[in-house]
Amino acid sequence: MWSIVHKMGSPPWFYRFANVAIAWLLPIVLMALVVGSIWGLLIAPPDYRQGNSYRIIFIHVPAAVVALAGYYVMATAGLMSLVWKIKMADTAMRALAPVGAALTFVALVTGSIWGKPTWGAWWVWDARITSMLILFFLYLGVMALSEAFDNKVAAAKACAVLSLVGTVNIPIIYKSVDWWYSLHQPASIKFTGESAIDASMLYPLLLMIVAFYGLFALTVLLRMRAELLITYSQSAWLRSELS
Amino acid sequence: MYFQTWSAVWQMDGHGPYVWGAYSLTLLVIIILIAVPLVRTRDLTRAIHNDERRRAVAAEASGKNHASKT
Repeated sequence: MWSIVHKMGSPPWFYRFANVAIAWLLPIVLMALVVGSIWGLLIAPPDYRQGNSYRIIFIHVPAAVVALAGYYVMATAGLMSLVWKIKMADTAMRALAPVGAALTFVALVTGSIWGKPTWGAWWVWDARITSMLILFFLYLGVMALSEAFDNKVAAAKACAVLSLVGTVNIPIIYKSVDWWYSLHQPASIKFTGESAIDASMLYPLLLMIVAFYGLFALTVLLRMRAELLITYSQSAWLRSELS
Repeated sequence: MYFQTWSAVWQMDGHGPYVWGAYSLTLLVIIILIAVPLVRTRDLTRAIHNDERRRAVAAEASGKNHASKT
């Protein structure tokens, strides 16, 4: 376990790892997204109550799930950068924030579009939606902080603290539909017990969730690799890697 | 396929604009997420290659100068 962490913290090793991982992930993720979208849009049956508008679920739920999970990944990277001063953890944190923000944005906007035909409103100040909006601002906050300091070490520290404090919001988002009387429907997929969703809709949804996790990994690796190219542009190891 | 005709796919019983709008926006975000770092990587790699070439030329030139002096 620690040897992996140690390797991950080495920029040359990570650069090579990212190259291989990106080459594999890019075609697989694109294929999964295309198959999952066609399945969800054209093959799955409509919902008996919501009709066809529910088809937004196949992008809305995956984006939201990965945006939430991604925040934990970012906070973990923040902790590692804060405690062990690992530079790669800081690079990861800065790559994660914009991807997380983009996915949160997708979850919010697709939810808003879904809300119009279903609830009759584009936006409601509901517990789930408001806490998701706070998540979006937390991601933007980390992005802004990472640019706000001339000193990279100070920027990393500030980002790490903000991302760690922000983790309080994640369980609130998860539990918001159970804690408050909410307009947002509760989770349809459960790890324990029977899911409240038919297999004909569940399988494309699961495929899209996996595809979005892959997309998340792919885009974070792409950003981290680009950042390594800037930071180590003068380094001998990178020059020999590129020649 | 669930739908009978392509126009039914497009309209989705009146929900078409919402569903297709949501998917188009997501597609746009995904394209940006992938393309921006890819273009940046290409530009940075190119810049490093150009720099290498420039250094090689400079090294060769200074090598020739040394040779002519001796």
